[in-house]
Amino acid sequence: MSIGPYSQKVMEHFMNPRNVGEIEDASGVGEVGNPACGDMMRLYIKVEDGIITDAKFRTFGCGAAIASSSMLTEMIKGKTVEEALKITNEAVAEALDGLPPAKIHCSVMAEEAVKKAIEDYLQKQKEKTGE
Amino acid sequence: MRKIFFDHISTTPVDERVLEAMLPYFREYYGNPSSHIHEQGQYALRAVDGAREKVAGLIGATPDEVIFTSGATESNNLAIKGVASAYAHRGKHIVVSEIEHFSVLNALMPLMNRGFEVTYVRVDETGLVDPDEVRRAIRDDTILVSVMHANAEIGTIEPVEEIGKLTRERGVLFHCDAAATGGKIPIDVNRMNVDLLTLSAHNMYGPKGVGALYVRDGVRVDPLLDGGFQEKGLRAGTENVPGIVGFGKAAEIAIDEMDADAERLRHLGKALWDGLARRVEHIHFTGHPEKRLPGHVSFWVEFAEGESLLIFLNLNGVMAASGSACSSNLKAKDEEELVASHVLKAIGVPSDICTGSITFSLGKWNTREEVDYVIDIMPGIVKRLWDISPAYADYIRQQSGGQKS
Repeated sequence: MSIGPYSQKVMEHFMNPRNVGEIEDASGVGEVGNPACGDMMRLYIKVEDGIITDAKFRTFGCGAAIASSSMLTEMIKGKTVEEALKITNEAVAEALDGLPPAKIHCSVMAEEAVKKAIEDYLQKQKEKTGE
Repeated sequence: MRKIFFDHISTTPVDERVLEAMLPYFREYYGNPSSHIHEQGQYALRAVDGAREKVAGLIGATPDEVIFTSGATESNNLAIKGVASAYAHRGKHIVVSEIEHFSVLNALMPLMNRGFEVTYVRVDETGLVDPDEVRRAIRDDTILVSVMHANAEIGTIEPVEEIGKLTRERGVLFHCDAAATGGKIPIDVNRMNVDLLTLSAHNMYGPKGVGALYVRDGVRVDPLLDGGFQEKGLRAGTENVPGIVGFGKAAEIAIDEMDADAERLRHLGKALWDGLARRVEHIHFTGHPEKRLPGHVSFWVEFAEGESLLIFLNLNGVMAASGSACSSNLKAKDEEELVASHVLKAIGVPSDICTGSITFSLGKWNTREEVDYVIDIMPGIVKRLWDISPAYADYIRQQSGGQKS
């Protein structure tokens, strides 16, 4: 069912969010917030041989924020780090069959979260090789 | 699935008796009150005057002090802009509370562009206006004070009698937006010392598209619309006769039933408040605990966002409101319009939490069973959101002495 301006896909991910939780030995963690509306997303990724093998999230926010987070984790799993970096907020919104104009920032948050998590992963890699 | 309407602050269903009273004015009596030489016009004129008497009776006014409008937004605009225009020669300063409805706050904008100054009186953490603050805000060039009777979002009832007393002493006009209280709690324009008062029909089991502005005899108001001479020249345009008749009927019913309804709603509201306080952890109620609208319960829950709560409530058949920027502005054209509620900001709720507020507003046909159902489903809904909240996970870790990951 769709509710108000939300697509069926958004509602489906909102009601049954995929990959909720944390990864204990995460390769990278990205946290982004939107102080304007109070949303916050924390993304954990596991990277093996340059491929994102697992992704988990926790999000505080509206329906669109939770659905965007859930969809993002689905999209990045199995992708290489390079491929994941290329995921845009438009792609997340599109995968959800669209978001209301006022909710685009929720998909932006998802895009930023994956960039931050990968940044964190690359930083940790650098530290490792520096040792 | 059962449907529970707990959003009576946004609107109310039309009372069956109101609808019955209106119907003849679409079919049999379709006249224009201004064209009252013939019998159709006579019927319409009598109906409008009868409704005027009833609405006047609801607020202790005389019928010729009641001007029918298209609703509270128009009434607030007429009061603010109409007084500003008529009294500009005396002064260009207006005092309002910072938690007024947008139809008051935004009506002030064009006035400020024309050289008017506005002082916004702050409220305390329960949403109460301090009459002394109003007193201090009044200057020699102040022409109008506007403070609402009760706030829809947080339910707080303002000390309007005290404010009316001091505006009267200072010779300043007092406007009160009573859209949220009309027909719900007693209003007496003389005891309140108000000079102008806004009413809305659809918030008291009447139809949408009709409201009233009480204008005390002798107070001058310039009209917003240029046209005919309806409503003493203050509101040009053919009267919304069926709507006005419905408003009159709603007023008549309210006069008879308001006290008993309010008593019942107070009990239901208390049961809801107590039940939520008992069952939902990390809940924070907003507004004044006692000085509040009957059957109005507003709150926010830590780590649970307002729109998400609303969607889950709706999936469970419960219709409520949120002060959440995200939910109240779903149709916003862009993100610029996503601003946290000015009311919640004013009572000091942090902006990231402003998005989490929920308002349950009960009406005359809600039952104790519905209240119990909502109390029962709330903990589960909140838990689902906590389970995916990063801040809640951190909180639990802190509680168990662990570190943030």
